[in-house]
Amino acid sequence: MTDGTEQGSTQPGTNDRPVKLACRNVWKLFGANAANFIRERDGKASMADVTAAGLVGAVRAVDLEIRQGEIFIIMGLSGSGKSTLVRCMSRLVEPSHGKVEFEGKDLLKISDAALIELRRHRMGMVFQNFALLPHLNVLDNIAFPLSIQGQNRATREARAREVIELVGLRGREHFYPRELSGGQQQRVGIARSLATKPEIWFLDEPFSALDPLIRREMQDELMRLQTMLHKTIVFITHDFDEAIRLADRIAIMKDGEVIQIGTPEELVVNPATDYVAEFTRDVDRAKVISARSLMRACDGAEHGGTVAPEAKIASFSASIVSAGKPFAVVNGTGKPIGEVTPQAVIDLLAGIERAGA
Amino acid sequence: MTVTASASETRPPLQRWHLVWILALAAVLVVFLLQDSVPWAVNYPADAVVPVADWVSALMRWIKSNLSWLTRSITAVLGVPLDFALNLLAKNFKIGHGVDIVVLPRLSWVGVCAVAFLAGHAVGGRKLSLLVGGCFLYIALFGQWTSAMLTLALISIAVPFCIVTGLLAGIWAWRKPWAERLIVSPALDLMQTIPTFAYLIPMLLLFGNSPVSAMIATAIFATPPMVRATMLGLTRVPVEIGEFSDMAGCTARQKLWRVLLPSARPTLMVGVNQVIMLALNMVIIASMIGAGGLGYDVLLALRALKVGEAMEAGLAIVALAIALDRLSQAIAHKQAKGHVHQESSPALWRRYPNLTLAIAILAVTTLLGLFVPAFAAVPKAITFTTAPLWKAAVNWVTINFFDIIEAFRVALILNVLNPVRAFCEGFPWLGAVFLLGLAGYQLSGMRLAALVAALTAFCAITGLWEKTMATVYLCGISAFIACLIGIPIGLMAARSDRFEKIVTPIIDTLQVLPSFCFIIPVVMLFRVGDVTAMIATIAFAVVPAIRYTNHGIRQVPPALIEAAKVSGCTPRQTFFRVQLPLALPEIMLGVNQTILMALAMIIICAMVGTRDLGQEVFIALSKADSGRGIVAGLAIAFIGIVADRLFNAWTAKARARLG
Repeated sequence: MTDGTEQGSTQPGTNDRPVKLACRNVWKLFGANAANFIRERDGKASMADVTAAGLVGAVRAVDLEIRQGEIFIIMGLSGSGKSTLVRCMSRLVEPSHGKVEFEGKDLLKISDAALIELRRHRMGMVFQNFALLPHLNVLDNIAFPLSIQGQNRATREARAREVIELVGLRGREHFYPRELSGGQQQRVGIARSLATKPEIWFLDEPFSALDPLIRREMQDELMRLQTMLHKTIVFITHDFDEAIRLADRIAIMKDGEVIQIGTPEELVVNPATDYVAEFTRDVDRAKVISARSLMRACDGAEHGGTVAPEAKIASFSASIVSAGKPFAVVNGTGKPIGEVTPQAVIDLLAGIERAGA
Repeated sequence: MTVTASASETRPPLQRWHLVWILALAAVLVVFLLQDSVPWAVNYPADAVVPVADWVSALMRWIKSNLSWLTRSITAVLGVPLDFALNLLAKNFKIGHGVDIVVLPRLSWVGVCAVAFLAGHAVGGRKLSLLVGGCFLYIALFGQWTSAMLTLALISIAVPFCIVTGLLAGIWAWRKPWAERLIVSPALDLMQTIPTFAYLIPMLLLFGNSPVSAMIATAIFATPPMVRATMLGLTRVPVEIGEFSDMAGCTARQKLWRVLLPSARPTLMVGVNQVIMLALNMVIIASMIGAGGLGYDVLLALRALKVGEAMEAGLAIVALAIALDRLSQAIAHKQAKGHVHQESSPALWRRYPNLTLAIAILAVTTLLGLFVPAFAAVPKAITFTTAPLWKAAVNWVTINFFDIIEAFRVALILNVLNPVRAFCEGFPWLGAVFLLGLAGYQLSGMRLAALVAALTAFCAITGLWEKTMATVYLCGISAFIACLIGIPIGLMAARSDRFEKIVTPIIDTLQVLPSFCFIIPVVMLFRVGDVTAMIATIAFAVVPAIRYTNHGIRQVPPALIEAAKVSGCTPRQTFFRVQLPLALPEIMLGVNQTILMALAMIIICAMVGTRDLGQEVFIALSKADSGRGIVAGLAIAFIGIVADRLFNAWTAKARARLG
C-alpha cells in the first residue's frame, strides 16, 4: 500500500512541477556537413532523407521535458541513440540542431566558461564502466570534482566522507578502484557524482556492467538515495524491467527517435506501436497497472474493501480474490469514483485481455 | 556477401597481377642482359650524380660558422647538469685551482650498490633486489666502476630530457591531428630508421668531441618511443574517463594533466623503459664522439684487438643494461597493476621509507669515504679481472678449431655471400625503382608507389647505388637467416609452454643488450669481415621473429581452435589450416621488425670492416665529413622506410582480408 500512496503523490504532482531540462527538436547526425544538412531543411527530415545524404541519424527530432525531481528513464536497445541523446543533454556531444534548455536557458548558446561552471556545480554523471581514476584512492576519487574547483583539502575531504557514508563505503576510503568489486566501484562513481550536490543527475546505464543480483541491490540503493535527495534524474537503460522498477516516466527510443513517452502504466496499457508492445509483453502487469485503469463505474454491488486509484493491482489482488467482492476505488476525500471486480483482477493476472481496457 | 561471391570477384585481378609481374620481371631481365647498350639503366651514370652531399656539407659549414654562438651556449647550458652528474657519480667535485683545490668525493660505490639493492627490493621484491644489486656489485668487483658510472651519469641526464621532450611532442601530436600526420609521424619514422652513427656526425661538427654532444645525440635518438607512448597512452584512455572529466567541469589543462596523463601512466612507463634502453644503446655508440665510459673501453680494446678487455667491458654493459631494464620494467609493471591502499601518514620519511633510507645510506657511505678509502674507490685488492681468461679461451679455440671455423667461413663467403652480393650489386637501379614502385602500387596505390620509387631513386641519384645494394644484400641475407631461425623457434614456443618459459628470458635479455655487445664474441671467433657482420646481425635481429611468431599463434582465439577440433581437424590440420593463416599478419610484422633491426645492426658492423653504406658513414665520421655521412645515413633510412612501408601495406591488406 505504501508505494501506492507514494506514487499517488507523484503522478498528478509531476505535471505541475517546473521543467528542469528540455530537448526541443534535438538532432545529432554523423557524417560530412551534418549540421548544414539539417539546418537547410529547417529541422525537418525523414529517415530516408538522412540516409540518402549519407549521414547517420543518431538522434532525430527529439522533444521531451524532464521535470524537477522525477526519475526520467530513456530506454532503448543498443544503437538506438539513447547514450548520444543523454550526451547531447550535457553537451558532451554537440547536437547538430535544436535546443537543449536547462531551466529555460539554451545550453547550446552558453559560453565554455559558463558550461564548466554549470557542470561543476549543477550536473552530475555516473558512467556505465564507472570511469574511476585508477591512480586515486576512493577518497581522492570522490573529492576529485571538488579539488578541481579549487576547494582546499580539509573541506573537500569532509564532503567526500559525507557521501562515502551516504553510499555505505565507510572503511574503504584508502582503497584503490582495482581493489573494489564492480558494485563497490559504482558506489564510488555514484558518490563522486553526488559530491558536488548536483541538481540534475545523469546516469548512463549505471548498473548494466553489474551482475543481476548486485544490479537489483543497486536499484534499491538508488531508490533509497532518491527518497532522501530528490534529484532530477535522467537514467539510461536497455533493460525494460529496470525502467519499470525505477521510472516515474519512460521515453522509449528506436533508431534515434523517441517513439513514446509515458509512465510505466501508460506504456503497458496503451503502447503506441508494436515495438513498444513487444517490450511490455513480458512485464508483470499486476505490478504496473493501477486500480484506476481497471475500474469501472459502480453498479451498486456490495464492496468488500476500498483502494486508492493509484494502488497497483498486485498490492490488493490477494485480498480482493479471497474477499470475492468488488473493491471500491476511492479518491483522497474518501468518495468512491468506481470499483474493481475480482474477475477483472483474475483476468489481468491470467493474462486475458479485457475488451476496451 | 557469400564466400564464393568474394572469391570470384578477387580472382581475375589476382591473375592479372601475376601476368603484370611476369612481364615486369622479364623487362628488368632484358635491361640486365642488354646492359652494354643501356649502361645508364644498370649503373647510375657518374656524371649525373646529384651532389646532395656537397649541399649538406655547405649547409653544415654555414650553420657552424654563423650559429656558433648558439651551439656554444647550448653546450654551456647543458654542460652544467651533465658535469654535476659526472662529478657526482664518477669524477669527484673539484672546486678551486692549484693548491687551494678542494675535492668533494663522488658517491661511494658501496652506497650506490646498496641503493641498487634497495631499489630492486622496493619495486620488485627480493629476487629483483638480488638481480639489480648483483649487477652493480659485479660492475664494481670487475673493476669497471668508474666507466660504468660515467655511462650512467650521461644516461641519467639524457633520459629526463627525453621524457619531457617526448611528453610535450606527444601531447602536441595528440591534440593536433594535422601535426601528427604531417610532422610528428614522418619525423619519428625517419628518426628511428636513421642509423645511430649518422646522428653522431652533425653533433660532432656542431658541438665538438665532448660528452655534451654525445648527450645531445643520445637525447635525440632516444626520444621517439616516448612520443609514441604518449600518443598511444592518451588515445587509449577510456572515452568515459574523458567524459567524466568534462562533466566534473575540468578545464582543458586540468583534464590533460590531472585526468588523462595519470590514467595513461602505465603506457607512459613502458615508453620510459624504452627510452632508458635506447639511451644506453646510444651512449655506448656515442663513445666515438667523446662520451667516454664503457663504450669507449670497448672501442679502445677492439681497436687494439684486446679481446679479453673488450669482453669484460662488454659484460659490464650487459650487467648495466639488465639492471636498468629490469628495474624500469618492474616500475612499469607496478604502475600497470595499480596501487595498493595504505594508511596515509603525514611524515615524509614515513610515506617514502625506501627513498629516505637510500638518501641516508648514500650520505653516510660517501662521508665515510672521506676517511676510509675503501668506501671512496673500489679497492684493487677485491677486484679481479677475467681478461686473461677470455684471451686464453679464444686462443684455445683458435688453435684447436681454426681449420673448422675457417673452412666454414670461407665456404660461406664463396658459396653464399659472394654470389648474392654480385647479383645485388649488378641489379639495374632503374629496374629496382620500377619493381618496388609496382609492388607499392599493388599493395596500396599510387601514393605508396610514388614514395617507394622516389626513396629508391634517391639512393641511386646520390651516387650510392652500389653501396646501397651491398647493404641490402647483407641485410637481406641476415634477416632471411634470422627468420629461418626465429620463426620455427617462435612456433615451437607457441606450442609448448615449457619451451616458451625457457625462450622468453633469453630473448628478453638479447633484446636489452646494446648492439655493440653482439660484435665482440663474434669478432673473437671469425675476425673481421662480412661473416662476422652477418652472424652478429642474425643474433641481434632474431628476437622479433621469435616474439611475434609466438604471440601471433597464441593470440588466435581459442574458440576458433575449438571449432576446428570439433570439425575433426587433426592437430596438424588445426595448425596449418587455422592457426598459421590467422597468425600470418602478426608473423609478417615480426619479419618487418627483424629487417629493420638487421639494417640497424649491419650499419654498426661497419666497425668490423663491411663495405657498404655503414662503411660510408663510418669513414665520414672519422673525417668529420657531414655531407657524406648524412646522405649515406638518409640512404640507409630510406631502405628501412621502403621495406617498412611495403610490409605494413601487405600486413594491413592481409588483416583486412581476415576481418
